Amino acid sequence: MTDTPRSQPPARRFPRREVILFAALLVAVLGVYAMMGVAYSTRMLVEAACYAILALGLTIQWGYAGQFNAGVMGFVALGGFAAMFFSIPVNDAFWDSELPGELGLALLYLLGAALVVYGATKLDRLGVPKRLRTVIAIVLAVVLYLAVISVLRGVTGEIESRAGFIGGLGLPAWTGWIVGGMLAGGIGYFIGHICLGLRSDYLAIATLGIAEIIKAFLKNSDWLTRGTATVSPLPWPTPGAGDLGFVLSRSLYLSVTAVMIAAIFFLLHRAYHAPWGRMIRAIRDNEVSAAAMGKDINRRRLEIFVLGCILMGIGGAALTSFNGIFDPQGFLPLNHTFLVLVMVILGGPGNNLGTIFGAVAVYLIWIMSEPLALFLMQLAVSFGEGVFGWDAPGHLGSRALQARVFVIGLLITLVLRFAPKGLLPEKVRHHG
Amino acid sequence: MNELVFFINNVIVAGSVTGSIYAIGAVGVTLIFSIMRFAHFAHADMMTFGAAMVLLLTLAFPGVGSAVGLPTAVVMLPLAMALTALLAVGVDRAFYKPLRAHGVKPIVMVIASLGVTLMLQGVIRLFAGTSGRSLYIGERKEIYRLELPFEAITRPVIVTEPQVILFVLTIAAVVGLHLFLSRSRLGKAMRAMSDNPDLALASGINTNTIVAVTWVIAGSLAAIAGTLLSLDVTFKPDLSFFLLLPIFAAAIVGGVGHPYGAIAGGFVVGFAETLAVFNWTVLLRPFQQHFPGWLELPRNLAFVGTEYKIVVPFFILVAILVWRPTGLFKGKVIT
Repeated sequence: MTDTPRSQPPARRFPRREVILFAALLVAVLGVYAMMGVAYSTRMLVEAACYAILALGLTIQWGYAGQFNAGVMGFVALGGFAAMFFSIPVNDAFWDSELPGELGLALLYLLGAALVVYGATKLDRLGVPKRLRTVIAIVLAVVLYLAVISVLRGVTGEIESRAGFIGGLGLPAWTGWIVGGMLAGGIGYFIGHICLGLRSDYLAIATLGIAEIIKAFLKNSDWLTRGTATVSPLPWPTPGAGDLGFVLSRSLYLSVTAVMIAAIFFLLHRAYHAPWGRMIRAIRDNEVSAAAMGKDINRRRLEIFVLGCILMGIGGAALTSFNGIFDPQGFLPLNHTFLVLVMVILGGPGNNLGTIFGAVAVYLIWIMSEPLALFLMQLAVSFGEGVFGWDAPGHLGSRALQARVFVIGLLITLVLRFAPKGLLPEKVRHHG
Repeated sequence: MNELVFFINNVIVAGSVTGSIYAIGAVGVTLIFSIMRFAHFAHADMMTFGAAMVLLLTLAFPGVGSAVGLPTAVVMLPLAMALTALLAVGVDRAFYKPLRAHGVKPIVMVIASLGVTLMLQGVIRLFAGTSGRSLYIGERKEIYRLELPFEAITRPVIVTEPQVILFVLTIAAVVGLHLFLSRSRLGKAMRAMSDNPDLALASGINTNTIVAVTWVIAGSLAAIAGTLLSLDVTFKPDLSFFLLLPIFAAAIVGGVGHPYGAIAGGFVVGFAETLAVFNWTVLLRPFQQHFPGWLELPRNLAFVGTEYKIVVPFFILVAILVWRPTGLFKGKVIT
């Protein structure tokens, strides 16, 4: 790049690499269609499209700004929860009792307690010594927390025993998607606000932690999500398989996600080439000089982190709605964090087209690797039995799937070492 | 006064146990951080790897322990430590060293260590299975009941054999580490490199050796911590991220790059966890008659349920990052 003379603008080269890669991807997708049937392959494409939204969220954070989010799973789960909560039918057993009032009262207590504690932290303005203020605030927080949490425990236990869970709101699914994005963005703001001014490692640690916490909360709050009992079926924003048949309904869903990706892609593309995008890259590449130019680094970082989290929430909501089941235990770091990470670093961090390519390609390999791994394992076993009279250990299927964990890990380290810019590297244009 | 014994059993003993395990883990993390300047996410899986090695060795040679009078798993621990140290050095050579040579940002090393985490998880589950197993194979966990010499106390304080071993080993590891860092040439060189790598290099310290030694120490400590955890409860291959958060929290509470701070941080986090899940009603119930009539004690007065234990280290982490990002003992500058 540096050898391009400033005086002549570089000619628009033919995007050979992109065309070859996408053509290969198209051939692979068509191959899957031919082998596995239309309904299955369309399902795979829809899931790949949802993953592409997640990957776009991560590529903003990691590729544009160099922030590493190790907790994509948590934001996906939040989006999924919102999609579930807004779209499933209203639970009359809950709303017809006096329980909503009690729950509302408990939440009001919570709000009141939070306000009181917040007020206590401002006592020093009234002339209370700072040390005393801290002690008062902490004692007050502990006592009020215990009081509120025991009220809340009572109410939620009552809900579980009498109404099962609080049910949904019965609204269209897309409202849940939007709220899911907002929820994820809110949590992202909280985390980013704390960690973004510090070393980049701390963000990774904190996001990893919040992801496990969100999962633990969703798994154990039976009154809210039915926990391990799972909620299904979740309605789709498009007509379901019952009305149109599998192929047509899935194609319709696919077109919805495709439109979303196109919109996100277009907006990101514009933002990337706008002054805002240049500023973000300047901060990523040289923080000190960007700060010297008067850029508010922490604010921009927070902006981009929250934006990425919102996309992850929306993608997670779309994915959960499509799966039709909300199962908190189904959110796995491997499937929802590391797979997305591989998509981004393999496709090309900071390059939206590369990220989408990575998402579809990696998801294709991921889905196909399951039957392939089982097949290879079976082959090895029958070979071993035939030749050596080897007694195969049990649980072969689950062990074969463990191999995928290993392969994903190996892929991450290998890509970082040998192709740190991914298959479609980010093109840094020099403005002469 | 039986409530007091309940408190000792559930908070003092349990807190020291978790605290010791976190402390040993956090020392490894903090050492790696101070020498190589990145948060090593694969540490929890190195702990699991050490425990898995112990499990496999115990399965291979059962009955060795009875000859010595210790559980077989403890006899096998030195071997597992050596294997884990070997693994740590091997992983560094294969995956981290090339990246270091390229001079990548620390965050890329973090991602690489996440890749290593996944690889280790795959290997561990392939060989040790996915379900929990006890490390006591064909042996019995000794349980010591200490009667307290008071009239009012009828319940004994309960300490199990692995817990005693754990305390002994923790103290041995901490004292050994202290002597190594403060007395030996290599330990001093390590501290020099942690303070200023360029100056250390310029004054003739072989940084490659120091890196290898760091991995050996971190690997063996991880094996100790993992084995002790598995001895105390059971061997679980899927603890990874649930261990990682408390360990990082401990390292950051103690001040990153500060081995003694990490030990203190481990105990802070361990005790905070046990205190948070402790049901305070048990302690308050004897004073019930002194309370005003309108105040009724709820049955469960724990801060968080045991299923939300992971919230505690996260809360500590957030609190320390907000109020004192350098940690309690002024660790490395963290920007």
